[in-house]
Amino acid sequence: MLNVAILGSGNIGCDILCKVQRSAQLDCVLFAGRNEQSSGLAFAAARQVPVSAGGLEALMQRLDDVDLVFDATSADAHLELAEALRPHGTPIINLTPAHLGELCVPLLNGDDLHRAANINMITCGGQASLPIVMAVCAVVPSVRYIEVVSAISARSAGPATRRNLDHYITTTEAAIRHFSGCEQVKTILNINPAKPEVSMQTAVSVLFDSLGNRTLGDLLDRVHQTVQEVREYVPGYELIVEPRLDADRLFVMVRVVGRGDYLPPYAGNLDIITSAAVNMAERLAARGVGRATPNALRDLVLR
Amino acid sequence: MSIHIYDPTLRDGNHAIGHQLSTRDIETYCRAVDGCGLWCVEVGHGNGLGASSLQLGLARHSDRELLECARQHVSRSLLGVHLIPGFAKISDIRTAVEIGVDVIRLASHCTEADLTESYFDYARGLGKQVHGVLMMTHMASAETLLEQAAKQVGYGASAITLMDSAGHYDPRSATEKIGLLVKHLGVPVGFHAHNNLGLAVANSLAAAQAGATILDGTLRGFGAGAGNTQLEVMCAVLERYDYETGVDLFQLCAAIDSLSDIPPVSKPTLIGTSNLISGVYGVCAGFEKHVARAAQTFGVAPRLIWKELARVNAVAGQEDLIIDVANRLRKGAVA
Repeated sequence: MLNVAILGSGNIGCDILCKVQRSAQLDCVLFAGRNEQSSGLAFAAARQVPVSAGGLEALMQRLDDVDLVFDATSADAHLELAEALRPHGTPIINLTPAHLGELCVPLLNGDDLHRAANINMITCGGQASLPIVMAVCAVVPSVRYIEVVSAISARSAGPATRRNLDHYITTTEAAIRHFSGCEQVKTILNINPAKPEVSMQTAVSVLFDSLGNRTLGDLLDRVHQTVQEVREYVPGYELIVEPRLDADRLFVMVRVVGRGDYLPPYAGNLDIITSAAVNMAERLAARGVGRATPNALRDLVLR
Repeated sequence: MSIHIYDPTLRDGNHAIGHQLSTRDIETYCRAVDGCGLWCVEVGHGNGLGASSLQLGLARHSDRELLECARQHVSRSLLGVHLIPGFAKISDIRTAVEIGVDVIRLASHCTEADLTESYFDYARGLGKQVHGVLMMTHMASAETLLEQAAKQVGYGASAITLMDSAGHYDPRSATEKIGLLVKHLGVPVGFHAHNNLGLAVANSLAAAQAGATILDGTLRGFGAGAGNTQLEVMCAVLERYDYETGVDLFQLCAAIDSLSDIPPVSKPTLIGTSNLISGVYGVCAGFEKHVARAAQTFGVAPRLIWKELARVNAVAGQEDLIIDVANRLRKGAVA
């Protein structure tokens, strides 16, 4: 069992809480925001979780009980948290647009990050696209350009997302470069006000030189398998346009229907990044990170 | 009354030829029209800075090449750029300013003005004119448009342009929407029409009569779908109504006649039946080529694709949705 704290009482923090409470390996011991009036604090309190409006200070006071922190605050606040936790070694999973921490997609590198002090969940578009991008790269030997286009419902894009649109794009592009090694990368985000709300959709397009000795069938198999693997931690992830080849161009499209935890199901963009974060925490729990390791070690050193 | 004439021939027109404008086309065009009295000439990919992509169409030249070429050959008109946050990054503004653009137009879907805020924050301090643009404005009420435009003014827009991106307006809507903004906004208001219903000049005139002081038009109507307001016709009509545009109509006509071998003139735009239907349904005019391609690939009538795109409220930039829609129509999965 891993004791987690959630910092940030907005949509993301509340949605993580729902998922943590569903997890058999995680227990939320603190839900902290900075605004006493925040509806998120009331939401958490109603779910019988210890809450505080004391933000980072409240966390620092309880740090001995905390094995892992989910940071659902802002980029600036994240820098402060990372600084404060460094001497204590408490790992952080951050969902902020701060350019800090190991870029993480659980399916791709979730089992390699158990020593990381700071794990960055990139963006919703990154979580939705990167498994597909890497499935394609595993089959197609010579990818020269990768493009990822996501559309999300306007109602699922809060004020922070809107102000951070440039950040969203640059972070997603950096992550695609990081994982694929392909330098030519383009990301687009469309925010759609349609009603009824649209579910999150992500289209991946790739330009390549040749399929080598591989076939479209290989690609279909790999993509289907990848989608199944992502579905293990994001149940609403689905393939809506199978890989289509058009000369040197490949097109694939997925949709993410959320579990409807804190926001309605159309907010798949929220669901996929919080699901990925919680899955990452579960992977850490399985690797014995948390209580059993850093805190116990620390006790040993102190004695 | 005086009207600033804004000419996006070399930007919106790029849609009409799959973003294949060459630097030679740009040089030839800019040389020809620079002395005609146009207030500003806009250059770029059809969807603006940073938009060259598989989703929207790869441009023949980079933004930098297009703008550097234009900068070299435009001196009497201002040089403008259009950009849509989400396609463009803030660093694309930096590139444009380094090259020396004069006017930056920051655009969003008509109900999502707050997406432009951080881009305004960056652009405002650069000593350029920064305008706000709302696209697909037939999809929102006059009151909503006023509210969204006021946000952009709050972020620092020194003018606001409403785009009828789907060519769905009639003169009544132009009068109502432009009129309300002119009355309450406190900054110059502009209008950008498309000609899907054959009303672009009439709608632009109605906008002027309602108080718009910036009007967009492209040479020979060169542009997305059924094309834009035909610049030279609009200028002639405005003259008849005693507006002062600063454009020398005869010189502009002479320029057009000299351009027979580059796209605005060599590739005339007309209202095809697919454009007419997209105008009726109110779907983004820029989708035309993508719809035509998807219709052929999936063996589905364009009309059905337009209808379904309207039903799901597709917004500008969602070209990927066209493939999804055509794919579903082929499978009979649409109600």
